Amino acid sequence: MTSIRVALPLHLRNLAGVEGELSLEVGGSPTVSAVLDALEARHPTLRGTLRDHVSRKRRPFIRFFACEQDWSHEPPDAPLPEAIVQGREPLLIIGAMAGG
Amino acid sequence: MSGVRLLVGTKKGAFVLTSDGERKHWDVSGPHFAGWEIYHMKGSPADPNRLYASQTSGWFGQVIQRSNDGGKTWEAVGNQFTYDGATGTHQWYDGTQHPWEFKRVWHLEPSLDDPDTVYAGVEDAAIFRTTDGGKTWQELPGLRNHGKGHLWQPGAGGMGLHTIVLDPLHPGRLYIAISAAGAFRSDDAGQTWRPITRGLKSQYELPDPDAEVGHCVHRIAMHRSRPDTLFMQKHWDVMRSDDGGGSWHEVSGNLPTDFGFPIAVHAHEPETVYVVPILSDSMHYPPDGRLRVYRSRTGGNEWEALTQGLPQSHCYVNVLRGAMSVDSLPSCGVYFGTTGGQVYGSSDSGDTWTAIVRDLPAVLSVEAQTLP
Repeated sequence: MTSIRVALPLHLRNLAGVEGELSLEVGGSPTVSAVLDALEARHPTLRGTLRDHVSRKRRPFIRFFACEQDWSHEPPDAPLPEAIVQGREPLLIIGAMAGG
Repeated sequence: MSGVRLLVGTKKGAFVLTSDGERKHWDVSGPHFAGWEIYHMKGSPADPNRLYASQTSGWFGQVIQRSNDGGKTWEAVGNQFTYDGATGTHQWYDGTQHPWEFKRVWHLEPSLDDPDTVYAGVEDAAIFRTTDGGKTWQELPGLRNHGKGHLWQPGAGGMGLHTIVLDPLHPGRLYIAISAAGAFRSDDAGQTWRPITRGLKSQYELPDPDAEVGHCVHRIAMHRSRPDTLFMQKHWDVMRSDDGGGSWHEVSGNLPTDFGFPIAVHAHEPETVYVVPILSDSMHYPPDGRLRVYRSRTGGNEWEALTQGLPQSHCYVNVLRGAMSVDSLPSCGVYFGTTGGQVYGSSDSGDTWTAIVRDLPAVLSVEAQTLP
């Protein structure tokens, strides 16, 4: 198991009832998909808020930032950067900038 | 003493307003679910402390909240709304066919006798039902598959199923309305449906003004003692049916404009009806900058303006379709919320009004609960 740091946007922290960063235990090679699996398992109220229940596709205005890179368009099963895996950096889950 | 609880959904959270039977002083709690759009909240007629709320966001999608204690505490329940079977397509703005895509829940209608059973009207238009208190939701696919679902086309406000009315006297009968698609009735608890649009005319919106599909129905209201009589605020026109939607006739009468969104029926007088006339579909504010509720005590056609306590100058707010409701205390209370964040209440059937709150976010829905 690998411990992954995850930062959620305010509204999802409120929905999940958590404060600050989360630390999630992720099995195998950590990927965005595996992190979301662990996140939804610990906080079932987040199911459907980040990705579709059935297709598992990322919601359009959700973004994943990793090590100052937009990871949103990477395949969900792509290995996360080493700094995320080693816990030096958090995986940032972001509500995309929208509006004027 | 009995009291009233108002469930107010806004663009930025939910508010619960409570008062005793006098309805002079109100406690305000909220925002609950701050920052989220609360399209609708409603309590179970069988258990007034069982509440349901539709919490939604363009970023984070749909959440359904449930309270078992009248809104003091809430828990998120199931939020998976998956269309039944093959998703199918409907007409898109460019005339092509477009797959149904779930966006949000517009309306939650708890069963009249079971707190765990709730109907949900959603965008893209469909009706779902839970029988386990919101843990799981199943589509009633007979509506989309009634034969002409592929002809439904979203209007500017989206293709939302926004109105669900349950008939208290005929078990299994319910009515629904969909923006820019029309109105439908089921007599078998939602398994099969038929359009109820005979008599509606939409000469400014449809190439065939008498078409079966495409009428932009804004709201339908019923008095529970006389469920075969329905009142409808259509895009334009206030309509009435006395045969359960089998046919409609216009009762706009002397209204200053017959465009509007909400419509409500007095709790004790089945022929007393309320609307809020709005200048036009391109203006979306009251005529002359004067906020007036109109009341008919004759089941339509003859309307009187109710103005006492409402702003009569420089008022350019709108009142949305879900934002008017009545209580059933002996002197019927009438309530409505505006896009300017005011919630107005009357404890004398609309004769006089006061602002219960003035500066909420834009109000999307108001539901009044009469408490024992």
